[in-house]
Amino acid sequence: MTARQTTDTMPLLRVQNLQTHFLTRFGAVKAVDGVDLELAPGEILGLVGESGSGKSITGFSILGLIDPPGRIVGGSIEFDGRDLLAMKERELRRLRGNDIAVVFQDPSMTLNPVLRVDTQMIEAIQAHETVSSAAARQRARDVLVKVGIPSPDERLRCYPFELSGGMRQRIAIAIALLNRPRLIIADEPTTALDVSIQGQIIHEVRELCRETGTALIWVTHDLAVIAGLADRIAVMYAGRIVETGETDEIIHHPMHPYTRGLIDSVPSGSTRGARLHQIEGMTPSLLELGEGCAFRDRCHRATEQCRETPGVTSLGNTREFRCWHPETGGDQ
Amino acid sequence: MSAFVINRLLQAFFVLLVMSVLVFVGIYLVGDPISMLVSPEATDLERDAVRESFGLDRPIFVQYITFLGSALQGDFGRSFLTGEPALQLILERMPATVELVGFAMFFSVVIGVPLGIIAGLRPEATFSKVIMTGSIFGFSLPTFWVGMVLIMLFAVQLGILPTSGRGETVQVGPIELSILTLDGLRHLILPALTLGLTKASLIIRVTRAATREIQAMDYIKFARAKGLSSSRILRVHLLKNVLIPIITVAGLEFGQALAFAVVTETVFSWPGMGKLLIDSILTLDRPVVVAYVLIMVLFLVLLNLVIDLLYMVIDPSSREKVRD
Ligand SMILES: Nc1ncnc2c1ncn2[C@@H]1O[C@H](COP(=O)(O)OP(=O)(O)OP(=O)(O)O)[C@@H](O)[C@H]1O
Ligand code: SF4
Ligand SMILES: [Mg+2]
Repeated sequence: MTARQTTDTMPLLRVQNLQTHFLTRFGAVKAVDGVDLELAPGEILGLVGESGSGKSITGFSILGLIDPPGRIVGGSIEFDGRDLLAMKERELRRLRGNDIAVVFQDPSMTLNPVLRVDTQMIEAIQAHETVSSAAARQRARDVLVKVGIPSPDERLRCYPFELSGGMRQRIAIAIALLNRPRLIIADEPTTALDVSIQGQIIHEVRELCRETGTALIWVTHDLAVIAGLADRIAVMYAGRIVETGETDEIIHHPMHPYTRGLIDSVPSGSTRGARLHQIEGMTPSLLELGEGCAFRDRCHRATEQCRETPGVTSLGNTREFRCWHPETGGDQ
Repeated sequence: MSAFVINRLLQAFFVLLVMSVLVFVGIYLVGDPISMLVSPEATDLERDAVRESFGLDRPIFVQYITFLGSALQGDFGRSFLTGEPALQLILERMPATVELVGFAMFFSVVIGVPLGIIAGLRPEATFSKVIMTGSIFGFSLPTFWVGMVLIMLFAVQLGILPTSGRGETVQVGPIELSILTLDGLRHLILPALTLGLTKASLIIRVTRAATREIQAMDYIKFARAKGLSSSRILRVHLLKNVLIPIITVAGLEFGQALAFAVVTETVFSWPGMGKLLIDSILTLDRPVVVAYVLIMVLFLVLLNLVIDLLYMVIDPSSREKVRD
């Protein structure tokens, strides 16, 4: 299913029916099984789902960074009108870090421990442009200032282990921004940080993206994190997008029982102190997913009909979900 | 940093002291050298005279204290057999061994690291499986056997390489080198190959394991995501990290081989220190054995220090630990 744009501009990214499977000894793990996504230039999309729902694999598929035994077995990915799946590795390499950048979850592991920060920043620029090291260094310095790093010259000379986790993640974000990409995929970039730094970084990234017109896919399992950040939200479950829509709509009128469950498990002002509702059960094994709604074993609205895979229902321009019995009736 | 070095040197001194006692007592227990020093027909009187002249009649701890006193002044005593200073005997033999082991280690790193990386990057490829199977043979076959086979093949069957001695040498200052003459080099090949084969197998396995581990790291994926070329990722991001365990292993192996290249040197009659050690043990030439072991301990301790310093150059986070 595709979330259509409110505007008529050509989408920056269009993912259709993406299928990325891991061919393991025990069978095919369908980590991503028919994902559709669309992103306008400058738009911020929150990609939410429990652990193992396929969020990271979706991101890596877009970058062409799926390693065996994983393989993209179907679908299409278009970026700026170009078919990424048809691209040669050389062309993809030119795109990575230049047009599409990423930030990973764990800041302690994304920077190479034996290389200084300046080395790792300068090489990211020089991989895409012929510039002198001095010029590249200057640019690296400027971006560090932009992401709020004090005394950047000193930080440039540091090794990663000499910096705090928050500082490292800022540097990772700075690296993503270095070449002014059109799209940043941020894969749970604040999960490993403490809450106050989390808030700061989210705020800064949002400002930077707005400023430069960079589109952003913010991957998280925490709905609360992106409620104040994203223009649109896509909810992922067991390798599929089960619901997408504008942030306000999703938060206030969830259609899919799984989205509802996610929202109910977020602590908020009114529910503070009260017992939080948790979605019962676990994500099903992606190995033995058969026909039918993958959520049905955990769904309080499930019926016989849910043994068949629900199709996409569209509501208005930007709202879609995959459920036979949506929360608010689906008929408004 | 200098505190670190001084600390290590103090430790080394302590280790040497303990080792000297152990070796001294050990060699005392191995056998009585008198029987090697006098003819079998010698009378008891003659025996006692010889015993006395070497100071062997005194209690062991007195012998030890005497030895320690001179050793602290750099005098390790004289060989019972030749009368030459033990230290000089060992140092004379050192260049031959350093040459052999250095060449073997060079060979094993130059061969082992690239093969290990290939096997680590493409674990499923047939070529990688061939490398790994080969490396199992490489280090499970005993050195003397490998030496014999190489001799059979290149010397006996093909008759293209010599099998014994150093060949023609060149005098460089006080040191004699084989590596500078063609003949010397030809003599060096088989023993170095014999020794290097085991080492190369080990380096291959260490490199492969490190490569696989590093390859799966987030920072490698991040480097790819930055759009770096695969050659830069390999040369800079991967290799620098893989080198950390390799330096440790290669360094320790180098020390081990240098101190105890006994088998290879015996098989190829290579006139190095290992040959000297085995000869001295067989003739119960106590001063040489004791001096040898102590010098090797000193050498290994210093080598460890050098490895640690190198380590700090490559792995910046290890510098941190040293500061405290
Ligand atoms: N190398 C692999 N081999 C087999 N299965 C894999 C492999 N990598 C990922 N998967 C499977 O793909 C599924 C999706 O993984 P993914 O990392 O995208 O989840 P995620 O939504 O990002 O979760 P998290 O919140 O924990 O990061 C997982 O269930 C996992 O079992
Ligand atoms: S399709 Fe059925 S099982 Fe699936 S979420 Fe909707 S009601 Fe629940
Ligand atoms: Mg993930």
